[in-house]
Amino acid sequence: MSSSLPRRAAVLGVVIGIAALTACAKDEPAAKDDGTGPVSVKASDSACDLSRRDVKSGTSTFSVSNGGSKITEFYVYAEGDRVMGEVENIGPGLKRDLIVELPTGKYQAVCKPGMVGDGIRGDLTVTGNAPAQVDTDTELKQATSSYQRYVNSQAVALEQKTTEFVTAVKAGDVAKAKALFPVSRTYWERIEPVAESFGDLDPKIDARVNDVEPGTEWTGYHRIEQALWVSNSTKGMDKYADQLLTDVKTVVAKAKVVKLTPLQLANGAKELLDEVATGKVTGEEDRYSHTDLWDFQANVEGSQAAVQALRPALQSRDAALVAQLDTNFKAVFASLDKYRDGDGFKPYTASEAEKKALGAVVDGLAEPVSKVAGVIAQK
Amino acid sequence: MTDEPTPPSENPRRGFSRRGLFGAAGAAVATGVAGYAVRSAVSTQPSQAADTNGPVEFHGPHQAGITTPVQDRLHFAAFDVTTTSRDDLIALLKEWTAAAALLTAGRDIGQYGAVNGPDEAPPEDTGEAVGLPPARLTLTVGFGPTLFDKRFGLAAKRPKALVDLPHFIGDDLDPTRSYGDIAVQACSDDPQVAVHAIRNLARIGFGRVAVRYSQLGFGRTSSTSRAQSTPRNLFGFKDGTNNLKLEDADKLEQQLWVQPEDGPDWMVGGSYLVSRRIRMNIEIWDRTSLGEQEGIIGRGKGTGAPLGKADEFDTLDFNAKQADGRPKIPVDSHVRLAHPTFNQGAELLRRGYNFVDGSDGLGRLDAGLFFLAYQRDPRKQFIPIQNQLAKNDTMNEYIHHVGSGIFACPPGVTPGTYWGEKLFS
Repeated sequence: MSSSLPRRAAVLGVVIGIAALTACAKDEPAAKDDGTGPVSVKASDSACDLSRRDVKSGTSTFSVSNGGSKITEFYVYAEGDRVMGEVENIGPGLKRDLIVELPTGKYQAVCKPGMVGDGIRGDLTVTGNAPAQVDTDTELKQATSSYQRYVNSQAVALEQKTTEFVTAVKAGDVAKAKALFPVSRTYWERIEPVAESFGDLDPKIDARVNDVEPGTEWTGYHRIEQALWVSNSTKGMDKYADQLLTDVKTVVAKAKVVKLTPLQLANGAKELLDEVATGKVTGEEDRYSHTDLWDFQANVEGSQAAVQALRPALQSRDAALVAQLDTNFKAVFASLDKYRDGDGFKPYTASEAEKKALGAVVDGLAEPVSKVAGVIAQK
Repeated sequence: MTDEPTPPSENPRRGFSRRGLFGAAGAAVATGVAGYAVRSAVSTQPSQAADTNGPVEFHGPHQAGITTPVQDRLHFAAFDVTTTSRDDLIALLKEWTAAAALLTAGRDIGQYGAVNGPDEAPPEDTGEAVGLPPARLTLTVGFGPTLFDKRFGLAAKRPKALVDLPHFIGDDLDPTRSYGDIAVQACSDDPQVAVHAIRNLARIGFGRVAVRYSQLGFGRTSSTSRAQSTPRNLFGFKDGTNNLKLEDADKLEQQLWVQPEDGPDWMVGGSYLVSRRIRMNIEIWDRTSLGEQEGIIGRGKGTGAPLGKADEFDTLDFNAKQADGRPKIPVDSHVRLAHPTFNQGAELLRRGYNFVDGSDGLGRLDAGLFFLAYQRDPRKQFIPIQNQLAKNDTMNEYIHHVGSGIFACPPGVTPGTYWGEKLFS
């Protein structure tokens, strides 16, 4: 597939295309790897086997097949978990391709069964011509294109998962809808600042009952959340489910073509942590389902994706800040890990003391993240 | 724009105006090196109490904010250290010390201050003190017993005098308003200056410390200088008539400052702070007859004079009897129970503040006294005095202690050193 695509000139980490999803039998033998073709990735609930772990610089294709029982994700990370490319939402028994441009260097190939945690990691070495020295303008351009790729992949998954959620609601399948609610919101919360930039779509999709303007109808995720958890029913929810999917599709279409500046990335990273501090730590976001921690994790992941996209530019301007950000992102994820329950999170019914501890660790991260924009703005 | 503030002598009775700072002074904060000494013509003189705009010298043998003539406003904050790294903690104390030198001089913190930084970055200084004078801001730091656990290798350095306070009869402590690894007491004659200081120190600390609780106070309830009149607490009584005063140099060595023979070395020249949030049941107090109120306190409500005397500063005569033979100053009155005569000579330097934190759910004012007392050794001073008061004081019907803290306040800093440096060396 990739061979028919034109090669782009040394733009780091541009995903050139994602091959169509194809079903594959679980017992399909791995393609013989002669070191030139696609790298085949056998993902399962406990493994992430690559047919080879060294590739030539330039365009690489990773064919990821999920032989496990959980939905998985596949990432190629540069240092500090900077996303060079990723495919989301690979269901059991499915195969998806990641096509990504990688300059010479050390990377990690990561599968995330259940879409949680640090994932199953292994080294990936890219050899060949040394990467060209990039100037700061190029660094920033690469940051925005890298983050836009991230937004794009999240948007695709958001639409898929919301479709599944809405289908379950309309089928009256309360249990399935409850299970899908936090999952579909994960993709929403990761890119929320982008979604918020589209004006009135955010309140239509994500308003809590007290956010609704008098005279307008309460719609969106939380309207359905209330029905699922308070009434334990989907009665009367069809129209809200349809509306939600329509609105999400509009956001997704816009998100795929949105043009972001490096400063918007930096400010988005900060805004996501503002969201955590004001809505998630307090438990106000998902007051009926108590699935706040899913949103919390997703907000922080989205913030990290934006910061990591800016990483090369930050590294050359303020290496100490980068080190601090790495440490403090780790600290937040470590705090969240205490609340893990399988692939998800325990219901968020934390005591005041627990909320305070989470709040403190978020403050510790938000303060250096708030400095990113100023560093990026330096000429 | 210069890096040197105008000495107050050229600017009598007016504080410095705040300006954004470039260069050395600001860089001192950025790098955490206190390389900046505020030149101040004001020394520890009673006249400090008169000029409510000017600065108080930050550096010196003792921390400012202890014998400093008590300012009118308080913002007290207790912090929990959230980092587990000793180096992080030291870095924080260095940054705090550098910021405190600037804040107390009435200056913005950071390289660019509140309004001169780049548009894209959050301002380094939060800005609400721009245009305000130094307003006699003092910042005083203390270390709580919990800082001396295993986390930072300080267990062996814990002073013996820094005990965990015992339970006193009637204590009703809210743990979320008690204790703390580090305390910072900000006092100023301008409430906004005090709040600004704590807010900016808390911000510098994010990720390393977290505010555990904080308390605003107003209307100092003690005087620490003979130049100051004795203020009133929310019971309406003059409070602190017999307080230790900065003019009593010998007594301060005896009662307030840690002496070389006391140890540990890092505390010599420092002092121990006990903080107590004392809630007053003011509604029932206000229904109490004047005579009963005066009997509970042991002083006249109008004059502040000991019962049976005419002037506030008349000597307390505990042997004076009324016609029926009962002592003029009741044996269970507050002044008697707290008096050095009945406490092996122990005294305290009190610099507490009134507080009214709105009202509680029952419509009662959440009001009282945020008691702050400095001393050389709490085991010989606050603890025995409070034990006696908790057992016998008739005032206990009208108060209850709801918050508590004890802190070792190290000696003062000289330019180039940081708060508690000897503790970490």
